[in-house]
Amino acid sequence: MKSILKRRETTLFILLVALVLLVSLRSSSFIGPASLNSILNDTCALLVVSLGQFLVILIGGIDLSVASNMAFTGMVTALLNKYYPGIPAWLFLPIGAAIGAGLGSINGALVAFGALPPMIATIATMSIYRGFVYVFSKGAWVVSRDMTPGFLSIPGSVFLGLTSFVWITIGVILIAWIFMRYTSSGREVYAFGGNRTAALFAGVRERKVEMLVMTVSGMLAGLIGVLWVARYGNAHSETAADFHMQTVAACVLGGVSFVGGAGTVVGVVIGALFFGVVNNALTVVHISPFFQMVIQGVVILVAIVSNTLIDRQAQMRLIARRKI
Amino acid sequence: MNETILEMRGMSKFFPGIKALEGVDFTLRAGEVRALIGENGAGKSTLVKVLTGVYRPTSGTISLHGARREFRNPVDARKAGIAAIHQEASMFPDLSVAENIFSGHFMRSASSLLDWRGMRAKAKALLERVELDVSPDTLVRELSVAQRHLVGIARALSEEASIVIMDEPTSALSIRETEDLFKIIRQLRAEGKAILFISHKFDEVFEIADSYVVLRDGRYVGEGMIRDVTVDSLVHMMVGRELSQMFPERRSKPGPTILSLEGFSRAGFFRDVSFSVREGEILGMFGLVGAGRTDVILSLLGLEPRDSGKVLLRGKEVSISSPRDALSLGIAHVPEDRQSQGVVLDMSIGDNITLPQVAALARLSFLDASAEREVVRSFGSRMEIRASGWAENVKNLSGGNQQKVVLAKWLATKPAILILDEPTKGIDVGTKVSVHTFMADLAAQGLSIIMISSELPEILGMSDRVLVMHEGRVAAVLDRAEADESRIMRAATGYAGEKAQAKTFDQGGTRL
Repeated sequence: MKSILKRRETTLFILLVALVLLVSLRSSSFIGPASLNSILNDTCALLVVSLGQFLVILIGGIDLSVASNMAFTGMVTALLNKYYPGIPAWLFLPIGAAIGAGLGSINGALVAFGALPPMIATIATMSIYRGFVYVFSKGAWVVSRDMTPGFLSIPGSVFLGLTSFVWITIGVILIAWIFMRYTSSGREVYAFGGNRTAALFAGVRERKVEMLVMTVSGMLAGLIGVLWVARYGNAHSETAADFHMQTVAACVLGGVSFVGGAGTVVGVVIGALFFGVVNNALTVVHISPFFQMVIQGVVILVAIVSNTLIDRQAQMRLIARRKI
Repeated sequence: MNETILEMRGMSKFFPGIKALEGVDFTLRAGEVRALIGENGAGKSTLVKVLTGVYRPTSGTISLHGARREFRNPVDARKAGIAAIHQEASMFPDLSVAENIFSGHFMRSASSLLDWRGMRAKAKALLERVELDVSPDTLVRELSVAQRHLVGIARALSEEASIVIMDEPTSALSIRETEDLFKIIRQLRAEGKAILFISHKFDEVFEIADSYVVLRDGRYVGEGMIRDVTVDSLVHMMVGRELSQMFPERRSKPGPTILSLEGFSRAGFFRDVSFSVREGEILGMFGLVGAGRTDVILSLLGLEPRDSGKVLLRGKEVSISSPRDALSLGIAHVPEDRQSQGVVLDMSIGDNITLPQVAALARLSFLDASAEREVVRSFGSRMEIRASGWAENVKNLSGGNQQKVVLAKWLATKPAILILDEPTKGIDVGTKVSVHTFMADLAAQGLSIIMISSELPEILGMSDRVLVMHEGRVAAVLDRAEADESRIMRAATGYAGEKAQAKTFDQGGTRL
């Protein structure tokens, strides 16, 4: 399976490069450093939140509350910034991550102790969290003139040619990669997702794994909530609406199995980048905005279908091998 | 002699590595209850599945009323008049009794819409025939197991089946419910139906069946009329074989008691089960399906609850609430179902072997690759796992090699007590021998082994002592010297002399 997945990642990567080249035929500036840099910055949010989503999907669940979590955290930090401009701007990153982790751990508690499937738990908290955005803001927007310049400059400040948003994303990817590959907890998440019963027999603690993945997913969403609000200079009730579906799509594109237990950090990263490139390319090649959503949907569909076909083929090969 | 309805000739069904049925002949006659008898794994269920179209036979022919038939799927078999009454599988709990009776062959009105009024009326008549006093609109969920059986029979009647198959119909019924069921069976027989009755309980077989067929290891052994046989001769036919497999020589010198279970009870599952294991001893646990062996073990590990009972380890009471606790006390458990409980198919051999101690092997929770490699190499190669490398996914291994991975995984935790649930089920003879040799070596090194097995030769060949369970109770504990096939089998079927006492347990309630 690993070799197939790897091949899947390679195929996707080649497709990604091909797509970039194809678009640059229509518009040569697409491949320029400025354009690539902006695609990267546009995709950072998706990359990070998808990695949290990846963990949840890996145990056979889904976290529908990440977008609401982003809106919640974004609104709370924006309001804090507005009413307490004295708080140093950098402090909002750990504050956002902590708020997000808190919301995520509520999901985790519902799953681990309330025995709810992640989808059911988060379908409820999805509206609760977004509902609180209305409650806190009383329906009003927080816009850039309410925010301090320090706050607004968090995601965009440049070090060594890349923005801090990109650096943070690279950091999260690296940590995620090391976590999944080189720590015992990461191994336990894979085992738990691959075969819950066998993992329990092997002494893996069910609740620990469930709390862990839900909390991490929330934490990453919260961190991005802050960066999102600062980047776009506004926080409102519709912040990041429907973003959770994009994260799910990025995971599917990256070859994460919905049954659980299979998928890699590298796959998710490529899946999210693919999504980001498609989004940007559609604008560059002047496809009507009316059509963009349709095409995005088609891309997801093609990815899911090919995923299923590859899986089925792999299974056929396995069965064929067993018969020998 | 009555008309022969069904004739199966030379039935074989092979699975990769297993011959589940081999050249079996089987007939059913109208107006006869025929018992199908055999140990677990003798091929009874496979025969039923071939007959009901679930499996397609590897070779062999089926004739119904003298005409050759081929069943491509269960619908074919049902249309041909073969109805199987399974315990749970074929019922829709959230649909009504009437809907369950007619599912698959709904009555339609002239306008080709479903004719609910007609179905309800007919269902009512059928329920009266099987003497089940419930409304056709009752949800099946609300019925007891016994009542569900009767709905199953009503359904068979609605299909006008000529053959009715009952696979262990009484396993969850009380004595009274069993009597009611037998009354209906006799009625069906009087109507000229052919009934195939599968039961592990000899008293029932002798009460209800007219004739019998015995299978062993997927082969036909013999048949005859029930009135011409005794329990002993049936038992002999079921198990009477040479110990064809080679078992390693055991020179056992068990040490002091290491683990004792005292007074394990759980309503509906097991009652007052106590036993102990000594160091370096192999304790065989035998019992028929549903005897409660696995339930006791899962309760020991904290995976299933119990009403009472305590565990003593080296004389001290310990509390175990999860496999993790058990592991830390040196008790490792190799579950019965490798694929669903033993291995993570999507992970490599190496990752599977180190899974129970992955946290212990890590330093500051970072995996220690070289320590893991060491464990995998030493225990993996001891088990002689055949694979291209430790990085190969377990998914790609044969059943026998998967079992070796599971064993390696648990041995790597260096346990003092190893619990093996059906350690050689479904694996080839060669692997069996290596697993058995390995078990003997471990016991010789002082490891205590509790081996649950449904294979008598394995029980007799490997155990120092044999614990036999019957309907949730310990029916007998036999030393190696006094254990033989018929003693074990008698105890396991409740014929050890305390039949009446064992029977009362059935009243404990239904198992759902």
